[in-house]
Amino acid sequence: MARIGVFVCHCGENISRTVDTAAVAQALGEMPGVAHSTDYKYMCSDPGQSLIQAAIAEQKLDGVVVAACSPHMHEKTFRRAAANAGLNPFLCEMANIREQCSWIHDDREAATAKAIDLVRMIVEKVKHNQPLQPIHIPVTRRALVIGGGIAGIQAALDIADGGCEVVLVEKEPSIGGHMSQLSETFPTLDCSQCILTPRMVEVYQHPRIKLLSYSEVESLEGFIGNFKVTIRQKARFVDESKCNGCGDCTKKCPQKKIPSEFDAGLGTRTAIFVPFPQAVPNIPVIDRANCLLFKGRAKGKKKDVCGICARTCTRGAIDYDQEDRLVTEEVGAIVVATGYQLYTIGKIQPKEYLRGYGEYGYGEIPDVIDGLQFERLASASGPTAGEIRRPSDGKVPKTVVFLQCIGSRDPAKGIEYCSKICCMYVAKHTMLYQHKVHDGQAVVFFMDVRAGGKGYDEFTRRAMNEGALYLRGRVSKMYRDGEVIKVVGYDTLSGEQIVLDADMVVLATAMMPQLGIESLAQTLSVSYDQYGFINEAHPKLRPVETNTAGVFVAGACQAPRDIPDSVAMASAAASKILSLFSNAELSREPMVAHVNPATCTGCFHCERVCHFGAIQRKEVRDRQGNLIKVIAEVNEGVCQGCGTCQATCPSKSIELAGFTDAQVFSAINAIFA
Amino acid sequence: MSTATTAQQKPQAEPLADPGLKPGVAEGFEPKIIAFVCNWCTYTGADLAGTSRIQMAPNVRMIRLPCTGRIDPLFVIKAFERGADGVIVSGCHPADCHYAVGNYHARRRFAIFRDLLEFLGIEPDRLTFSWVSASEGKKWSEVVNDATQRVKKLGPFAAYQSLVDK
Repeated sequence: MARIGVFVCHCGENISRTVDTAAVAQALGEMPGVAHSTDYKYMCSDPGQSLIQAAIAEQKLDGVVVAACSPHMHEKTFRRAAANAGLNPFLCEMANIREQCSWIHDDREAATAKAIDLVRMIVEKVKHNQPLQPIHIPVTRRALVIGGGIAGIQAALDIADGGCEVVLVEKEPSIGGHMSQLSETFPTLDCSQCILTPRMVEVYQHPRIKLLSYSEVESLEGFIGNFKVTIRQKARFVDESKCNGCGDCTKKCPQKKIPSEFDAGLGTRTAIFVPFPQAVPNIPVIDRANCLLFKGRAKGKKKDVCGICARTCTRGAIDYDQEDRLVTEEVGAIVVATGYQLYTIGKIQPKEYLRGYGEYGYGEIPDVIDGLQFERLASASGPTAGEIRRPSDGKVPKTVVFLQCIGSRDPAKGIEYCSKICCMYVAKHTMLYQHKVHDGQAVVFFMDVRAGGKGYDEFTRRAMNEGALYLRGRVSKMYRDGEVIKVVGYDTLSGEQIVLDADMVVLATAMMPQLGIESLAQTLSVSYDQYGFINEAHPKLRPVETNTAGVFVAGACQAPRDIPDSVAMASAAASKILSLFSNAELSREPMVAHVNPATCTGCFHCERVCHFGAIQRKEVRDRQGNLIKVIAEVNEGVCQGCGTCQATCPSKSIELAGFTDAQVFSAINAIFA
Repeated sequence: MSTATTAQQKPQAEPLADPGLKPGVAEGFEPKIIAFVCNWCTYTGADLAGTSRIQMAPNVRMIRLPCTGRIDPLFVIKAFERGADGVIVSGCHPADCHYAVGNYHARRRFAIFRDLLEFLGIEPDRLTFSWVSASEGKKWSEVVNDATQRVKKLGPFAAYQSLVDK
C-alpha cells in the first residue's frame, strides 16, 4: 500500500475563503493509500515546507501531494522541499485548488467537492509516479540576440562583457532601432544619438560580438543550452569584406527621390543607401524594389539599364548577383528584443481587429504627422536639420496641436492597453517645439496624463509651465481649411466644444509589436498575447524569461516600454543568461519518452509523428547475432516530452515518464471512485 | 442510444427549472466533466482565469498533460465509461504549439474520433474540442460554461451505466 501525504494549503484566505480546507484534508485522509493528511495556512512558507519534510521522515511517506496554487507557481518549491527530505522530487505533485478552484467559484459546497476531486486525482496519479533522475545536458556558452535596438545592444554588450560570445541579428541594414531616430530623450532632454551611437560602435568593435545585420532568424532547433539557429543573411548586393563605407556609390545613384524609412517618409534616400550617416555597419545596401538595374532585370531586359554604383566603386564591392546566404550558429540561450512599431493611423490596417482613425485625415492632410515624424523634424540629423517646418509648404508652424492616445486605450479602435511612453514624449515634443519656435503655441488634447517614473511627473508639469496648453478631451474631426487644419474637439473640463486652427497636428500613436512577430514567436516556440507581445514566464517573478527554457525577452516586444525600462530588461536578461552559462552543465526535467523493447514491433509510427527527430532505430539481435527485429529508441537529449508518440503507438510500447497511461487512467478513475 | 434516467418517471406537468432542459432530465442535475488540457496554453489560460477571478461553472475537473498530442482518445472513452457526462479537450491554437506540431496531431486524431462517437453510443455534443491560449482566460470560462450548459441539456450520460454497475 502506498504511503502518500496530502498537504492542503489555505493560502492565507485565498483558498480557505471558498474551499473548506479542513474538510478536504479530512476527506483525503480517509482515502486508501493516504498515510497522512493535514492543512496549514501557508504551505509554501518555511514552516509549511518544514511540516512536509517532517511528515516525509516521520510517516515514511513515498509520495507527496500539495493541494495549493498552480504547479506553474510552486511545483519547483515543493519538489525541492521533498528532495531535501530525501524523497525523489518527482514523487511530489501539486493539485491546483486555487487558480482552478477557489478563485473561480463562489459556492463553497461545490468548490469544496471539486477540490476533493482534484486532490484525489493527483493522489491516484502519484501512486503510479516513478522516481526519476534529471537529465544532464551540456551548455554552449554563446548567446543569440534578436534585434539590434537599444535593448538588443544592451543585452549583447552585457553578455559579451561577461565573457561570453554573442551573435547579434538585426533585420535592418543598421543596428540602432527606433532610438536612433529620436531627437532628444525624456526626461533629461539629452540627445538620443549622442548616447546611442557610442554603444553601437562598441557593439561593432567588440571582439566577442558577431554582428549579422540585414539578417533574420529562419529556423531554430534544439533546446536550452543547445540551440542550433539558422539565420538568413539577406543579399545587400554589396560585399561587406570589400566595402570601406566611403559613400561614393550613394552620391552617384540616379534614384534620389525614394522616401527614407529612417526619416519616417519626410526625407529622401537613394536606391543604394545607408539608412543614416552613423549607421553600424556603415555598409550600403541596394533596395531592389527601387533600383533601376533590378527593375530592368525584373522586366526581363537582357542588358542592365544602370550599373553606375558598380562603376563608381573603386574597390569593386558591388555585386549584383549576390544571393541570400543561410548561416547556422550554435548558441545556448536567446534574447528576443525585436522592439515595436507604431500603430498605423489611416483606414487601411494590418490586422483585422484594428480600426484606424479615418476622421483625422492622416495620409491625406500632409501636415498631420505621427510622433516619430515629429522626432525627425526636431532632430538635428533630420530632413530639416532640426528646424520645425511643416511638410506641406516648409513654413514654420505657429500653432501645433498634439493628440494623445491615438490607438492606445481605445477599445473601439482595437487596442485597450496604455502605450505608456506617449504622455512623456508629447510633453517632450511641446518643449522641443517651443524651444525652437519661441512665438509658437503647443496645444495638447489628452485623456489623462500618466507620467509614473523617476522625474516624469515633474517633466510633464514643466511642459505645462513652459506654456503648452493642455486640454482634457478628445478630437472628433480634423479637416483642411485653406492653409490651416481645423481641429474639432471637446474640452471636458470647461464643457465646451473647441475648434482650433492648427498649422500642424502631431498624433501620439500607440506602440504595437513588430508585424510578423507571431511567426518569429512560433519559430522560437514562445507564446504571445492577443496583440502579439511576447508573454513573460511570470508577470512578477520571471519578467524576462519566456515559457521556453533558454529564451529570454527584453524591451518593447514584451509590452510598451521606454528606454530605461528596455535597458533594465536587457541587462536583466543578460545576467540571467550569464548565470545560466556559469553552470558546468544543465539539468533538465526527465519527462521524456521510453520504449518498451519487449513489446515494440518496429512500426515506427512514433518516428513519423516526432517533430524533434528523437526516435532512433535500434537492432535487436539474439546471442548468435541474428537480427530479431528493429525497434524504436528515444534519444533522451533530443526528446522534448510532448507525448505525441505515446498517443500514436498502436502497441502501447512507448511511455512518457510522468504522464504514463497508468497515471492518467488512475486520475480519471479517481473522480468516479 | 439512450439517455434515459431514473428521473423519467417525473410527471411531465411539473415546470422545469430550465426551459432548455430535455423533458425527463433531472432538475438540478450537475454534470461531471473532465477536461484534458495541455500544460502550455489551456492550463495556463485556466490559471489566468483564476488570477483574473473569472467565475465559471464548478463542473469541470482538469487533467494536465504536456500537449494535446499526448491525449489518447482512449482517455475520452475511459472518462465516459467511468461516468463522465462530458469531456473537454483543449490546447494551443494552430501554429502556437509549444512542441510545434502536437496540436495538429491532436486535431487530426479528434476529427476522426468525433465520427466514431455516435457509433460508441455517445452524443457528439458531450465532447468539446477547443483552442484556448495562455492569454484567453475569458475564453476558457466560456468553454467551461458552454460545455456545462450543453451537457446539462443532454442529461446524465447513462449509456455505459451497466458497465460500471457490475
